Amino acid sequence: MKFAIQINEGPYQHQASDSAYFFTKNVLEKGHEVFRVFFYHDGVNNATRLTTPPQDDRHVVNRWADLAEKYELDMVVCVAAAQRRGIVDDGEAQRNRKDATNIHPRFRISGLGQLVEAAIQSDRLVVFGD
Amino acid sequence: MSEVVKKFMYLNRRAPYGTIYAWESLEVVLIGAAFDQEVNLMFVDDGVFQLVKGQDTAGIGMKNFSPTYRTLGDYEVKNIFVDADSLAARGLTQDDLVAIAYEDMDTEEEIENIVEVVDAARVTELMDESDVVFSF
Repeated sequence: MKFAIQINEGPYQHQASDSAYFFTKNVLEKGHEVFRVFFYHDGVNNATRLTTPPQDDRHVVNRWADLAEKYELDMVVCVAAAQRRGIVDDGEAQRNRKDATNIHPRFRISGLGQLVEAAIQSDRLVVFGD
Repeated sequence: MSEVVKKFMYLNRRAPYGTIYAWESLEVVLIGAAFDQEVNLMFVDDGVFQLVKGQDTAGIGMKNFSPTYRTLGDYEVKNIFVDADSLAARGLTQDDLVAIAYEDMDTEEEIENIVEVVDAARVTELMDESDVVFSF
């Protein structure tokens, strides 16, 4: 089966990203396909490479990045939600004249059309959040 | 933009302004219109407050996005449903809600108000009929 995953909450504050991670990891291990993981609302905060949790805690961002590396996952951060919350890549930094970037290289910033497309192309859209 | 036509439901469950979900849900609806899917909007729980007319956000320093709902007809949204029980539980009736008009571009048929209050059984049925439910 082909899945699209939507994550609506930030890391650590909320379990949504953890649950989505385990769900995604398990469907991939069982041989299903994940068309795209889309980060929306505060979920965009899962994409900052500057995250530094205590050493005895899980690293939510790197964990996603490692999964994406292993399965060539397409992980997309909503541009409008990212701009509001200060998640920045090179292109956004140039366009909006920011002095820094913070996105992890395994994630990419794109539009909401990517969420709608993922919902159309997949057999199931699974939303994580309240 | 896409040959596949699915039944989309945008399920709105939260009051506007207290959290950003209502506004960012609306942004998906507006962008999603470009994909020519069959779109239903459903308002349940505190989500019914999103459609209340006469909203004034001056006192909270936030953008009043309620006028945007009245433009949804221009984005090919033909069906907007409100859960009757959620309305009643909050002391609201359809008279408290904005009217949203729709004009069919092909037939020039005009519908004065596409906001429809439905009972719980119909809410369930509509959800069940949907291929995709975006839950906000």
